[in-house]
Amino acid sequence: MSTRLKSGGRLIDRSAPVEFTFNGKRLRGCAGDTLASALLANDQMLVGRSFKYHRPRGIVASGAEEPNALVNLGAGARLEPNQRTTTTELFDGLEARSQNHWPSLEFDVGVVNNYAARLLPGGFYYKTFIHPRAAWKHVFEPIIRHSAGLGSAPKDRDADRYEQAYAFCDLLIVGGGVAGLQAALVAGRAGARVWLVEQTAHWGGRAPVDGDVIDGQPAADWVEAAVLDLSAMDNVTLRLRCMAAGSYDHGYVLLDEKIADHTPGDGRPKHRLWRMRAGKIIAATGAIERPLSFAGNDIPGVMLAGAVRDYVVNWAVSPGDRTVVVTNNDDAYRTAIALHQAGLEVAAVIDARSIANGPLPERARALGIRVETGRAIARVKGGKRVEAVEICHQAGEGAASTTLPCDAVAMSGGWSPVVHLWSHCGGKLIWDDGEAMFRPDPSRPPLTDDGSAMVLPAGAANGALRAAVADADAQVKIALQALDIASEGDDPPAHVVPDESALEPVWIMPQGAGIALRSKMWLDFQNDVKVADVQLAAREGYESVEHTKRYTTLGMATDQGKLSNINGLAVLADSLNAKIPQVGTTTFRPPYTPVPLGALAGEARGDIFQPLRKTPMHDWHQQNGAYFEPVGHWRRPYCFQRPGETPEQAVHREVKNTREALGLLDASTLGKIIVKGPDAGRFLDMLYTGVMSSLPIGKCRYGLMCNEQGFLSDDGVVARIDDDTWLCHTTSGGADRIHAWMEDWLQCEWWDWQVFTANVTEQYAQVAVVGPNARKLLESLGGMDVSKEALPFMGWADGTLGGFACRVYRISFSGELSYEIAVPASHGAAFWSMLHAAGAAFGAMPYGTEALHVMRAEKGFIMIGDETDGTIIPQDLGLDWAISKKKPDFLGKRGQERSFLANPDRWKLVGFETLDGSVIEDGAYIPEPGMNANNQRKVQGRVTSTYHSPTLGRGIAMGLLRQGPARMGEVVEFTKMDGGVTPARVVNPVFYDKDGEKPNV
Amino acid sequence: MSDPVSALSGASYDGFVAVREIGPLGMITLRAKAGTPGLEAAVQAATGCAMPQVRRIVRQGECAVGWMSPDETLLVLPYGGVAAALTAIAAALQGQHHLAVDVSDARAVFRVEGAKADQVLRKLSPVDFDRLEPGELRRSRTAQVAAAFWAEDGGFTLVCFRSVASYVMGLLSVSARPGAEL
Amino acid sequence: MLILHCPYCGVRAEETELSPGGEAHLKRFGPGSDDDAFEAYMFARKNPKGVHFERWRHAYGCGKWFLAARCTATLEVFGTYPAQSTEPPAEIIEKIKAKRPEWKGFS
Repeated sequence: MSTRLKSGGRLIDRSAPVEFTFNGKRLRGCAGDTLASALLANDQMLVGRSFKYHRPRGIVASGAEEPNALVNLGAGARLEPNQRTTTTELFDGLEARSQNHWPSLEFDVGVVNNYAARLLPGGFYYKTFIHPRAAWKHVFEPIIRHSAGLGSAPKDRDADRYEQAYAFCDLLIVGGGVAGLQAALVAGRAGARVWLVEQTAHWGGRAPVDGDVIDGQPAADWVEAAVLDLSAMDNVTLRLRCMAAGSYDHGYVLLDEKIADHTPGDGRPKHRLWRMRAGKIIAATGAIERPLSFAGNDIPGVMLAGAVRDYVVNWAVSPGDRTVVVTNNDDAYRTAIALHQAGLEVAAVIDARSIANGPLPERARALGIRVETGRAIARVKGGKRVEAVEICHQAGEGAASTTLPCDAVAMSGGWSPVVHLWSHCGGKLIWDDGEAMFRPDPSRPPLTDDGSAMVLPAGAANGALRAAVADADAQVKIALQALDIASEGDDPPAHVVPDESALEPVWIMPQGAGIALRSKMWLDFQNDVKVADVQLAAREGYESVEHTKRYTTLGMATDQGKLSNINGLAVLADSLNAKIPQVGTTTFRPPYTPVPLGALAGEARGDIFQPLRKTPMHDWHQQNGAYFEPVGHWRRPYCFQRPGETPEQAVHREVKNTREALGLLDASTLGKIIVKGPDAGRFLDMLYTGVMSSLPIGKCRYGLMCNEQGFLSDDGVVARIDDDTWLCHTTSGGADRIHAWMEDWLQCEWWDWQVFTANVTEQYAQVAVVGPNARKLLESLGGMDVSKEALPFMGWADGTLGGFACRVYRISFSGELSYEIAVPASHGAAFWSMLHAAGAAFGAMPYGTEALHVMRAEKGFIMIGDETDGTIIPQDLGLDWAISKKKPDFLGKRGQERSFLANPDRWKLVGFETLDGSVIEDGAYIPEPGMNANNQRKVQGRVTSTYHSPTLGRGIAMGLLRQGPARMGEVVEFTKMDGGVTPARVVNPVFYDKDGEKPNV
Repeated sequence: MSDPVSALSGASYDGFVAVREIGPLGMITLRAKAGTPGLEAAVQAATGCAMPQVRRIVRQGECAVGWMSPDETLLVLPYGGVAAALTAIAAALQGQHHLAVDVSDARAVFRVEGAKADQVLRKLSPVDFDRLEPGELRRSRTAQVAAAFWAEDGGFTLVCFRSVASYVMGLLSVSARPGAEL
Repeated sequence: MLILHCPYCGVRAEETELSPGGEAHLKRFGPGSDDDAFEAYMFARKNPKGVHFERWRHAYGCGKWFLAARCTATLEVFGTYPAQSTEPPAEIIEKIKAKRPEWKGFS
């Protein structure tokens, strides 16, 4: 059984007990424990069930590479699924629940999958569930959804907050082991701006556990001194609990800092995502130990040898009283020695190599530890925990010669450098035969903006498994030189570790294992992929490692194959009779370990999820029943609901009132761009399809803008302000886009033209005063002359109204007598309120965007985005009158000359009047007989705007119809969602005041 | 005319730094090519300030002038002084191609004050604040919207568009919450 | 997340402060141009693996358009220069040739 040892534990504080629960059971740990070490201290070997077969699983590792020990952490608004126990710091009151089992961890019905394993081979998703189709939907998918899956998704809104921050440095050093510390010391002393980040809560990495000696002192002491030195440097930033998730273009790195994971509810952000920009990145990310593939290597109690050592030394936890160490290298002997020194029994070291006579094996032997060379584990016996191992010859097929009772197995298949940061942005790897590992190829690094190497691997991450400090020292000096930062030439401190003799690659144990054993050799613990699955994939023709990965799901779990990748591709290579470097690795992709979605969202949630643009009258709208709709990022009142009204009733009331009395519209969102200069007229003539240079001062003109393809892009009224100044109104959503469009042409094409632009959209609050009583209201305010004579239709004038300095445009989008009045935004709310107060006597009511839409549709006015969709030219909409025939050029002119745009069969704008007065459905098509090549109904047109007209008391619509204007009076049929049709007559799109007399009074 | 009202009527928040909306402030966008005859005189007449160098802001009492782009400066002055300043600019640049326009009402202005004021902005803008030079006016974005800011008087002044003032106030407040010091 | 140096205001701007504008040095074909020339101007875009010239706007900064020469494969930036250029500056061409001897040159 696993238990807490009486003494030791460099990271725990026994005087600070911590209480937590696992599956509701109250347990105790110490400050400094991880959840994993605390569970082991409480003999909780079984911590979860596997994904596919629901096999019992225990803790395998001691860090980020852990595949099995994932839990639902917390509850309610702080529930987080799939949290790795090995990287979760223990805190008082922690609640954890195991996942992926039903009804309980100890008794899991899903384990029947284990006995049905023959029915779930590699690629089973693809093989089993294709036919019959209905079976997938009704049988397989519900079963899989119930039995597979990891943790439970939280149902409550996340109680925590997250944030992001930008940071910059010369040198980002990732990994706070001895390599990273040495790199930071050198760079810090050189005066570089340095960040050193470490994903765990402790500096020093493995060296203190392994008993390295640095600069003549125990590694732990050297680490402590180094951190002290670094802390005193102003140019060095140290961050623990800070994981480098990914490296991206030009030195961009995402760092996920856990701030309050271990102190939930203390008011601090839970995580902070640093968006780091580094001159150079030193990846001192260490190495990860590889499991060995023997039958039953997934039974709880089988752990990585390095992890066993970590638990003993760091947390004073023994994974078992009696441990078998199985290895192909010298490093695992450290575990045997550590166990022995902790007073625990090592049943034997099973070494697959025929000779093991390096200093570490010799020391183990000297301590009386039994060493069996040339041997292998044939299988592990046990169910929910290890009971014994059967020993055989590594060279054989697995006939057991001995059975060794034990309750833990420490395995080591060698170490793989953590090359993720190197590889994320294109760094290539080479195969190192000596250590049987991929390591960074120094000749093919990821590059940064100046073409130099962006990432420099250091220490174990660079393959320097036993000379980490010296390697890091060399690498950081290369980085500093590339950054033009002078560093001292001091030699690195001596880093003394025992010599190790060569490992022997062992990808299957024993090497001749038959199918029964290979079917119980796990490669990917989390996704339940075994040696036999990869071999099957190879036999079925999957030669590419990327294809094999997807077919078998090897390495596709939340641990992204940290343990399984190399073993899996070695098995694949062996099956294909290829060499490992020929098969290659799958692509490393960020994040290194999962980053919470909350951290990626940062501050962007709730009220500040996205910028909402508000007009100066927004508060008034909110207080007066506005029912808002989004228009770009603006929020505009769709209508102003009165008590008891539906939005539809409100719209009808607003339309009628505006047509009969007086309506007030907040039109502030309308884009307003000033265009000024000696060449401004010429410029606008290029921009608009019509002529703006000839517009008289004091007058307004409607204009259309097209893109270079000739398609309609925006529209609006242009006012001539003075000799060389025009004011261009754009659509509400279009101001920024059109301003950028103008600047693009001025800067990049006609840079010799003398024109300046300014987007003054937000400088003004603009109010449309609309309806037969509009003039009466303005006249009652006192101020400028707003008579027909002084301010005729399509004119503008500056003046004051009711004491407000304003500019008044006589333009109308409703077909009524209308004044659009602009006042400085800082006076907008007051002006708006004054209009309502004074307007009450004239029947004034506010109206919203929907009433605006209905009224413009009654007038047959087009709306960008309704009548246009990026494929419509003005001619399609009958707007030929707004296109100059005389101008030799304007943007879009050449595009409109393309032959297919001149086709008389194009769909063109007409009005539609339903025969029964009903409203045509939004998006309805006008079908015609026959089917097209895709066996779909042929269509001859579609609706673009459709409303109930309160003015006419019936449904009206605009739409596009093939040869539409030539088909007036014809009755066509529109589709309905229920399968029926709506017959409608083709009519002129102007339904109201066809001669345009009303606005011109 | 009513009294001018800034976008948030002087809203404020006290966290590990203090955030407050100030204004209304007078602002003029002046566009003219560098070297336009009369440009320096125009800026001088409107604000009393010299023309700023690239990416710099120059202050003179209540007025300031910031470099916005090679052909654009931002003049900051008391709200009531804009009309007179525009007249002075027009006179100084008579006959020269330029555009001077009142943008006082199109903006919202914030002060972020306190020893750690920079930390609030570090969370929102992709800007290397350690390398921000004295008197530098930086145009960038705060989260999802455009902004310009500069350091002065033990804090930062930040300018954004008026319509997004409440969004920016939200950003600054959330980022300044106690316990979220970097 | 590229970084490009804005030649107008000197800021080393990151990609989120910029907006992309596609291929640089296009020649506009307007009324009177034949269909092939117009099609090429409108639709035919280079998509090289290697040296490429692009338009970028310092949208969240000084608002100016500029041009960038960079390698689409390695992301190396050879230089940025004002939009008011009909072809890449000689020093940038030289720099690219030195670093990419196999490059066939600007066309």
